[in-house]
Amino acid sequence: MEKILQVNDLHISFDIHAGEVQAVRGVTFDLYKGETLAIVGESGSGKSVTSKALMRLLPTPPSRIKQGEILFEGKDLTKLSEKDMQSIRGAKISMIFQDPMTSLNPTMTIGKQIMEAILKHQKLSKEEARKRAIELLQLVGIKNAELRMKQYPHQFSGGMRQRVVIAIALACNPKILIADEPTTALDVTIQAQILELMKDIQKKLGMSIIFITHDLGVVANMADRVAVMYAGKIVEIGTVDEIFYNPKHPYTWGLLASMPSLDHKDTELYSIPGSPPDLLNPPKGDAFAPRNPYALKIDYELEPPMFQVSDTHYAATWLLHEKAPKVEPPAIVRERMKRFADIVARKGGKPRG
Amino acid sequence: MAKQKLLEVKNLKQYFPAGRGEVVKAVDGVTFDIYKGETFGLVGESGCGKSTTGRTIIRLYEATDGEVLFNGVNVHGKKSKKELKELNRKMQMIFQDPYASLNPRMTVADIIAEGIDIHGLAKTKEERMQRVYELLETVGLNREHASRYPHEFSGGQRQRIGIARALAVEPEFIIADEPISALDVSIQAQVVNLLKRLQREKGLTYLFIAHDLSMVKYISDRIGVMYFGKMVELAESEELYRNPIHPYTKALLSAIPLPDPETERTRKRIMYDPAQHGYKDGEELEFREITPGHFVLCSEEEYKRYRAMYA
Repeated sequence: MEKILQVNDLHISFDIHAGEVQAVRGVTFDLYKGETLAIVGESGSGKSVTSKALMRLLPTPPSRIKQGEILFEGKDLTKLSEKDMQSIRGAKISMIFQDPMTSLNPTMTIGKQIMEAILKHQKLSKEEARKRAIELLQLVGIKNAELRMKQYPHQFSGGMRQRVVIAIALACNPKILIADEPTTALDVTIQAQILELMKDIQKKLGMSIIFITHDLGVVANMADRVAVMYAGKIVEIGTVDEIFYNPKHPYTWGLLASMPSLDHKDTELYSIPGSPPDLLNPPKGDAFAPRNPYALKIDYELEPPMFQVSDTHYAATWLLHEKAPKVEPPAIVRERMKRFADIVARKGGKPRG
Repeated sequence: MAKQKLLEVKNLKQYFPAGRGEVVKAVDGVTFDIYKGETFGLVGESGCGKSTTGRTIIRLYEATDGEVLFNGVNVHGKKSKKELKELNRKMQMIFQDPYASLNPRMTVADIIAEGIDIHGLAKTKEERMQRVYELLETVGLNREHASRYPHEFSGGQRQRIGIARALAVEPEFIIADEPISALDVSIQAQVVNLLKRLQREKGLTYLFIAHDLSMVKYISDRIGVMYFGKMVELAESEELYRNPIHPYTKALLSAIPLPDPETERTRKRIMYDPAQHGYKDGEELEFREITPGHFVLCSEEEYKRYRAMYA
């Protein structure tokens, strides 16, 4: 598969008066053409900072890309001038945000806002842009597009607004769409509609999606591959089947086990004790160690490297080291693992990539 | 075990003026009971009236019509200050936003002890602080936290402070309005486990309002589904998930993404359109019992059909 974006060893820090907050501490991943990569993690894990860095949307100062590169179409985005970046942002890589109310201008009609995105990047006449805007509204499933063009954001419901935001993001046929919690503010039935819409459009236009969320249900629904972030690092990455049915990192175990499953009503929920580390002073060794019931001595001393599980599956935990003791994951996770072999076999011996 | 009704909500209505003589019927004739020691889940989409129901029950709003009986006493009836205070002690609330619901200028000790002071539950300063320390430990914080301010805590810790504040006056009944929606997944489980443990230890009764249906199912004994100010279905939580009857409940359940890629790939979503009932003008909709303990809002005709299908 064709790599469309490569992120190598990205480090991002924020300089605040108390010191340096190391929000992203060495993130590496590839994005393939036409796939959906989900990035999951808790608030403060660095998932939004990573995605904003791809768009160069972080204000400098206080933020600073300390090291690493973001390769897109042969260029390193971390080194582009703001002017060059403007020809990529919104045109080749675009983004949709969590709150559809604050990402639209309340004083401009919907039509004008979509046309603005088109006229900014494409040499079209106003009339052509208007036609294109109507097409886009129809593409995202808004009826009476001609009439809706003249309306203001407050005349749209939350779900409809998010459709408009998606239409603006798609205005220039981007290669990559970054969606930062696009459905978190919506009701479940509306969320289901928006997710279906995104999958549908992806099929039609063939773009790649980076989907940032903390909702594992949404991940299972949308993703081809999943990256799990914790304390500014990717701790596990693999295909959606590998992450949900054959997870290797204790943090991924904790996330999966802390979701109530349908048939474990009377048992107590598995919960990850404690809270995430302070990235002003990241701990020595594995940042997850203090919350990890499976932590080994070495976790407090040395950060684990990425161990390879399969061609597509990597996890940063010492438990995968050949000398590590064998441990039992939580019961809910063990049950998921039982299904993995079945699923792999059914797919012809190869997990979905 | 004979179930004892702790709370009875009878045909509760809450209308808000919407200007130009129009009204918004946020809650429009809702009836249900909550038994002692159980957790009653209330689910629905934003704007369906679930939070308004909770807030009206605890008398944050005056009800437009209908009754709320708590231990047989009408919550909205005329009361002396003393009676009202007593009622306020027995019913407490935990809010959604742990950032907005704690006064940033008060120490944790003062936040937790506010109810203790108002109700005169501690005779001396030492006793008051002793209670605060106990409460902090009950919710998994420690006594050093008492002198700090809310901004020094994470979201999960703040929610624990909110729970400690509710527990301070030894209530019987707690309304939890989306208590975990603002928290991260790993922290949600901690708070849910805490709520469950407190229920076991103190025999608390909960009204748990949420839109996250998987958590509601986990924590609730019975669940009510609301749609546009009306309760459309009510059943034990297992039963509701296994045999949803009202088409809206079916649509809602089919929209929840589950953390299971295999089921997600084969998911069939059901759409709900209120017009699909094809109710005739003047047709009486009533909350009817289809199978024991399983109620659905339906017309006479639908009732017969549902009975034939499910009973």
